[in-house]
Amino acid sequence: MPKIFKDDVSIVLCGEAGAGIQTVENVVSKIFKTAGFNLFTSKEYMSRVRGGSNSTQLRVSSKPIDCYCDRMDIFVPLDKEAYEHLYHRITEHTVILADKKIIGEIDKPFTDIPLSESAKEIGGAIFSNIIASGIILGMFKADFASLEKIIKESFAKKGEDTVNKNIAAGKKGYEIAENILKEVQIKVKRDSNSEGKILLSGADAIGLGALAAGCDFISSYPMTPGTSVFMFMAKNQKEFGVAVEQAEDEIAAINMAIGASFAGARSMVTTSGGGFSLMCEGVSLAAATETPVVIHLAQRPGPATGLPTRTEQADLELALYAGHGEFPRAIFAPGTPKDCFEMTQKAFDIADKYQTPVFILSDQYLVDSISNCEMFDKLEIPVKHISEMPENYMRYSNTPNGVSPRGVPGYGKGFVCVDSDEHDENGRITESENTRVLMHKKRMKKYIGILAEAAEPELIGTPDYENLVICWGSTKNTVKEALNILKHEKTAILYYKQVYPVHVKTNDYLRKASRIIFVENNFSGQFENLIRKFTNIRSTVHVHKYDGLPFSADKVAQQIKSLLEVK
Amino acid sequence: MANIYDMNGMDMAWCPGCGNFSILDIVKNAVTELGIAPDKLCMVSGIGQAAKLPQYMKASYFNGLHGRALPAAVAIKASNMDLTVIAESGDGDMYGEGGNHFISTIRRNPNITNVVHNNMVYGLTKGQASPTSQIGMKTNIQVDGVFEQAFNPLAVAIAMNATFVARAFSGDAQQTKEILKQAIQHKGYALVDILQPCITFNKINTFQWFKDNTYYIENHNAADRNAAFALATKEGKLGLGIYYKYEGRPVFEEQLDVNQTDKTPLYKRSADRQAKLEKLIKSYI
Repeated sequence: MPKIFKDDVSIVLCGEAGAGIQTVENVVSKIFKTAGFNLFTSKEYMSRVRGGSNSTQLRVSSKPIDCYCDRMDIFVPLDKEAYEHLYHRITEHTVILADKKIIGEIDKPFTDIPLSESAKEIGGAIFSNIIASGIILGMFKADFASLEKIIKESFAKKGEDTVNKNIAAGKKGYEIAENILKEVQIKVKRDSNSEGKILLSGADAIGLGALAAGCDFISSYPMTPGTSVFMFMAKNQKEFGVAVEQAEDEIAAINMAIGASFAGARSMVTTSGGGFSLMCEGVSLAAATETPVVIHLAQRPGPATGLPTRTEQADLELALYAGHGEFPRAIFAPGTPKDCFEMTQKAFDIADKYQTPVFILSDQYLVDSISNCEMFDKLEIPVKHISEMPENYMRYSNTPNGVSPRGVPGYGKGFVCVDSDEHDENGRITESENTRVLMHKKRMKKYIGILAEAAEPELIGTPDYENLVICWGSTKNTVKEALNILKHEKTAILYYKQVYPVHVKTNDYLRKASRIIFVENNFSGQFENLIRKFTNIRSTVHVHKYDGLPFSADKVAQQIKSLLEVK
Repeated sequence: MANIYDMNGMDMAWCPGCGNFSILDIVKNAVTELGIAPDKLCMVSGIGQAAKLPQYMKASYFNGLHGRALPAAVAIKASNMDLTVIAESGDGDMYGEGGNHFISTIRRNPNITNVVHNNMVYGLTKGQASPTSQIGMKTNIQVDGVFEQAFNPLAVAIAMNATFVARAFSGDAQQTKEILKQAIQHKGYALVDILQPCITFNKINTFQWFKDNTYYIENHNAADRNAAFALATKEGKLGLGIYYKYEGRPVFEEQLDVNQTDKTPLYKRSADRQAKLEKLIKSYI
């Protein structure tokens, strides 16, 4: 009896760093996309350049499923280490495709795919990537012409011979797939709704959001997983006019971003835990001088260097309390590419409007995962919140909402005097108690405006819920799929894409629920603690994970189910 | 003499007789004589007594964090090339806390002037050793005297190929102003290390000590980097004047792609990127 995979197939490729998994993912993703399949890919990789075991999951589905799952329907280990690396995820349903010549004898049945031998016949090991791509595409009966087109585009520069050999490699892959299909049947429908959708990573969506927001200055220091946004901005700097500078350290990075913003640029930094720790004094400086700055903080597990290439949601409290002294801030935590795009734009607008540091809190899983999502439609020309200065301009004039008109040096007849010391309305240093109180109140008052403009949490599921599952950031789609699996009609999801200030409707949403479950990729329930601080809700339970990997929908479904069953 | 940069009636935080007063006058006179309009000047400083200087000038300023004036100054210049940017602070701020930025700013070569008030001691924190304190100086922390070798900013700058390197003395307003004017006019990063007495906390390097231990360098070719390095590393008295000057290196902000064709300040540029953005987003279909 052939194994049948219907509507949702999880393919996992695993091999050492540099083995070409990335190439296969890129080629296959593009063709699945063109062919009209729904697609989601996520990566887990080691903090090394060569060796080890990295894996990529491709989920191909009839309907959109945009999250990671532990389940492996088709597992392609490229070497023995890869097989062992993901051994714990193999079940009786998993079809293993492996090259017998390389993997040798293993303790589970597998289908031999003669990658090395076929590649050698064509001209060398380098062709095995395209053969592997051909196998996967062949199993889904994707149009071979699409693969041929991509090969021609990618290898044209290398000459006709290379193109022809790669086409032969692709054909070989399709041939091997024919054999596999005798044992496996794949029934995934193409989705007409996927037409016109865009396939992109969280990192690119944040970058696009920054460009849409008018960001024209980025200074950062490379650190995984924050770097991908830095690379996106560098790649697009010429077309969009963005100043890009790799600073000597994160301290310089944020001080540059603040300096640029003071001079009228729309600036950002992108970083991760340890790098952000170095920026904390700068966060306080932005707040004291009331200079807008957007900080993209891509979370990875700590403390210290932790697991550099893995994922976690444990820096919410860091973002929340970073910087000495008291000042208002906003923290966005988008969970999908579309929200990444929209919340990044909002982050820039709030930072500029309220002249204070604003965070975009993502994580490795979110920035590295690629999904097929709705076309972005929020394309408004950003408002520049700066004004021409009159002669008697005062940078920190006291206003009812605490927001002073923001001048920039050289724009108008006044002077922009800013000071990290306490200062008067003119920006000159002072130690007067009265002025201190006036200025501190002025800054703190801005919280009211930021709170009023907070993005509302999204209720997913029935408004007549009895149980409420609360999530923030990257766990959104996983929790959504978990509830689809559970089909529990009295349970809804409340998804926060802005975690601070905590939206005013939170108490209303929570009060209606008799059971509240928080799902967080951390140990201590940082968002749960925050919500408990801002509401009178005390009775909450939670699902936590802190092994460096994202949640798997099927497991979360089980965990939620058992929490719902508790009497 | 009255000056367009004067702020009247300020409550100054400096000790009477402090070298900072002369440096303030020197800076104001230099920019005035160069015809730099106050709305085209931006002062940038860190934290310390020296870093308070911009507070006493009628101009825009960014008084940021301790040690971090240079990154901010570099970014300000990059965001608005029309501004004359002067980053100034003390020796502890620029050479100690901000040492990494000092090195990296020289590598970048932005068209800014870096004025360092070098009094060889920490003033605002009341008398601890600074990176330029001399061996043997006893303080409330270095109770047996400083035993680390003093930082040599000029030698480091020349070794790093900084494009303008000079040393001056706050006690000689006329010559220091002339050196500063050349530094401001220089296209590229210009370091002016200004020796100054700290009358309250440095009882060794006094006004008289500086008088006795400095001299103006003569018969020196400022285009000769090797000679400049030899001068900067010479033991004994401290030479005043322009050690090294080179205008051939491109400046940081002009090399940024963002400023290659469009020289207007970033704040003046259009935020309308709709057409380009739509095209880029569609490339993901």
